[in-house]
Amino acid sequence: MKKDLVIIGGGPAGMAAAVAAYRAGVRDLLILEREEKLGGILTQCIHNGFGLHRFGEELTGPEYAWRYEKEVAELNIPYLTETTVISLAPDKTVTAMNRTLGVFTIEAGTVILAMGCRERPKGALNIPGTRPAGIYTAGTAQKFVNRKGYLPGREVVILGSGDIGLIMARRMTLEGAKVKAVCELLPYSGGLARNIEQCLNDFGIPLRLSTTVVEIHGKDRLEGVTVAAVDEERRPIESTREYIPCDTLLLSCGLIPENELTRGAGIAMDAVTGGAVTDEERETDLPGVFAAGNVLHVHDLVDYVSEEAEIAGRAAARYLAGHRPEGKPITVRAEGGVRYTVPRRITGHGAVKIFFRVGDVYRDREIAVFDGDRLLYSRKTKKLAPGEMETVALSAEKIASVESGEIRVTLRDPKNNK
Amino acid sequence: MKDALIIGAGVVGGLIARELTRQGLSVTILEKMPDVAMGATRANSAIVHAGFDAKEGSLKARLNVRGSEMMEKTAEELGVRYRRCGSLVVAFSEEEEETLRTLLSRGERNGVKGLKILSRAELLAMEPNIGDGVTAALYAPSGAIVCPYELCIAAVGCAMDNGAELHRNFEVTAIEKTTDGYRLTSSSGESVTGRLVINCAGAYSDEVAKMAGAGTFTVHPRKGEYLLLDRECGDTVGRTIFRCPSKMGKGILVTPTVDGNLLLGPTAEDIGDKEDTATNAAGLVAVRRLATEQVRGIDFRKIITSFSGLRSVGSTGDFIIDMPIPDFVNVAAIESPGLTSAPAIAEYVTELLEKAGWHFTPKEDFNPRRTPSHAFRDATIEEKNRMIATRPDYAHIVCRCETVSEGEIVDAIRRNPGAVDIDGVKRRTRATMGRCQGGFCTPYIAEILSRELGIPYEEVTKSGGASRLNVGRTK
Repeated sequence: MKKDLVIIGGGPAGMAAAVAAYRAGVRDLLILEREEKLGGILTQCIHNGFGLHRFGEELTGPEYAWRYEKEVAELNIPYLTETTVISLAPDKTVTAMNRTLGVFTIEAGTVILAMGCRERPKGALNIPGTRPAGIYTAGTAQKFVNRKGYLPGREVVILGSGDIGLIMARRMTLEGAKVKAVCELLPYSGGLARNIEQCLNDFGIPLRLSTTVVEIHGKDRLEGVTVAAVDEERRPIESTREYIPCDTLLLSCGLIPENELTRGAGIAMDAVTGGAVTDEERETDLPGVFAAGNVLHVHDLVDYVSEEAEIAGRAAARYLAGHRPEGKPITVRAEGGVRYTVPRRITGHGAVKIFFRVGDVYRDREIAVFDGDRLLYSRKTKKLAPGEMETVALSAEKIASVESGEIRVTLRDPKNNK
Repeated sequence: MKDALIIGAGVVGGLIARELTRQGLSVTILEKMPDVAMGATRANSAIVHAGFDAKEGSLKARLNVRGSEMMEKTAEELGVRYRRCGSLVVAFSEEEEETLRTLLSRGERNGVKGLKILSRAELLAMEPNIGDGVTAALYAPSGAIVCPYELCIAAVGCAMDNGAELHRNFEVTAIEKTTDGYRLTSSSGESVTGRLVINCAGAYSDEVAKMAGAGTFTVHPRKGEYLLLDRECGDTVGRTIFRCPSKMGKGILVTPTVDGNLLLGPTAEDIGDKEDTATNAAGLVAVRRLATEQVRGIDFRKIITSFSGLRSVGSTGDFIIDMPIPDFVNVAAIESPGLTSAPAIAEYVTELLEKAGWHFTPKEDFNPRRTPSHAFRDATIEEKNRMIATRPDYAHIVCRCETVSEGEIVDAIRRNPGAVDIDGVKRRTRATMGRCQGGFCTPYIAEILSRELGIPYEEVTKSGGASRLNVGRTK
């Protein structure tokens, strides 16, 4: 089989990329989705809050996904479900399998990677104790509750205050479970401020910062956890150990972009994001292979996933049409509290929006972009937090004015201009 | 009435069941847990030892060397992954180099072939990541790795395919002598009779022996804690790297596994509770510290999981394999090198029975072979497509991290001895064993278990007993 464009993943990123590519003229395209339907993780996110930026209204996950599913259907964009991609070769040959086609290959003109991300599991956290049933990542519990209609437990402790954990604290409460605590190792939450308000505070669920689970108890099913406060170096303080009886421990300790296929193709990776290194078109260092959405870097809002995927979709169309962006290439460096940037490279052919996250909570800082020592852009902020993604928009003129071949995105204290 | 009742479906009980079935006996295996391979077999170092550790003349030494010879063929017949990767014992001082020489000569007396002491330079050429403090090593080319629970499942499955029965959840609580054999009664009141009893009850083999009045030895559990790292780290070392042994065992090892992961451990802690498989922070810290001395560049950010296992340490210092009363055989205190010795133990028990006057008529149509559980995974694309043509569920991937299909999970449930819970599917297929640790596929595997076993979704367990995944329906 040959295709101009193969999109790996039919979640919000894959669907938005497909629609954008179609609208930019690509007709010979195919979405490959491993689940039984399109929509990705949104199909289990039945809470609202999606789409405020994109559609100006609060949608549930399935509703947000439906907007794109409808477009995919109306444009007759073909897709295969329950189809798992096994490998991506450097020559853009995609090997996949499903029940009707068996193991099959597609020679792709371009590929958009849109595989999303997964949750960090318990094993990676290496918590001592027993290994009973009742320990799930928040997303697994969400699938049990929202997709399967089963309740994983009645007395819950949540470790980690990522957004899915916060959402599940509320969900489990609404289902009649008692959420006893949300423990967060760090002195701040990695989740969105609105989720802390609406999912914890509104339900009286305590958020215990600088606290972690140090031991797991129970033989067959979880019976309790021991929690402890941690010191500045995140080491548990023995004197603060406290046993909390519970039958369920949910983990919301971070998301990891799912890039096994990307690595298999030999594409250069960013150690900070866990995603590929790309330019502003979201093109990786393997020409004609693009990445968008949570597979590239973990987003806070799906609205930005859609926006990014459309960039990749249009870029893939342009690549297929034989146009390459021309300009003076610029590298982007993250500095001074900025953990990473997407993109890491800029082609130099026009305006660019740089997405980034900070590594700590900062108040009254200025976001600054430098070309050498020359200030290219600055903006004052009241508060920056690791849970929220930030952006900087640079006009085509500013990009064209860059002389050093590198721009630095950084934070500075406006009082002393450092 | 059966010919043989085997108490305990670990790797030793499983291989004995297979051997006695081959010899034409009717066999029933009694296992107190809901699945096989649930004791020491489930969590150990997965090493086929060369045989230089055990004291010359001991049963351990003899069965280790013989087992090491037999393992490759046994694994091949049973379709179990086995790799002769070789092993190294590293020394950190003059004194330990002396120990290497002792091990070398002991190994040679035990009949281990190819042993050689390597200088640091020779060692570095073989293992570039060896620790800075290592001065020399003993190389054993016959050292190998195997998957212990896969071996056990396959051995029990092979015995069952040849007619043996497996009774799960059968905890033997009483043993009575009858006129022509023994009657074993379970905690739930069921009973079975057999002419011969083989006690392979692992950590509980002392208690089982006492029930029958067949021994006064004791077995105590020694806990070993392990860390397992992602397959990305599997090539940190090419061989199993041991430290010099002490009276508590062979110490921490660093080894690749047959699945390509990197395994570190075990600690050695004598404990009182035969069920205590909890890990503790101090143990895991010790594993990390010691492993780092042996091998450089272990990426601890790639830890997938930690676990602990219990070794059955006997009061005699050696394996206890005897027939203290007629037609009752103890196979007890099978600590390291128990896995290595297991095929040889099965052979030895057969010889013991022959000496005691048992005559065997080998089963003519005995099939020693079994289709590997990884047959689909290892097939070529053409073979896969042929298999998919008749079984399309092989093309539906359920576990994305380990690429395990619905068909392979269905096989794991249907084939002897069938999986009945999530962990049972895991041990048979690797599903849930990868990077996401079952985050995505557990709800799907539960669906397949519910469908195949004909049980409601909420009754699916992680590992039998009270380990249900869900407590009920949502509102």
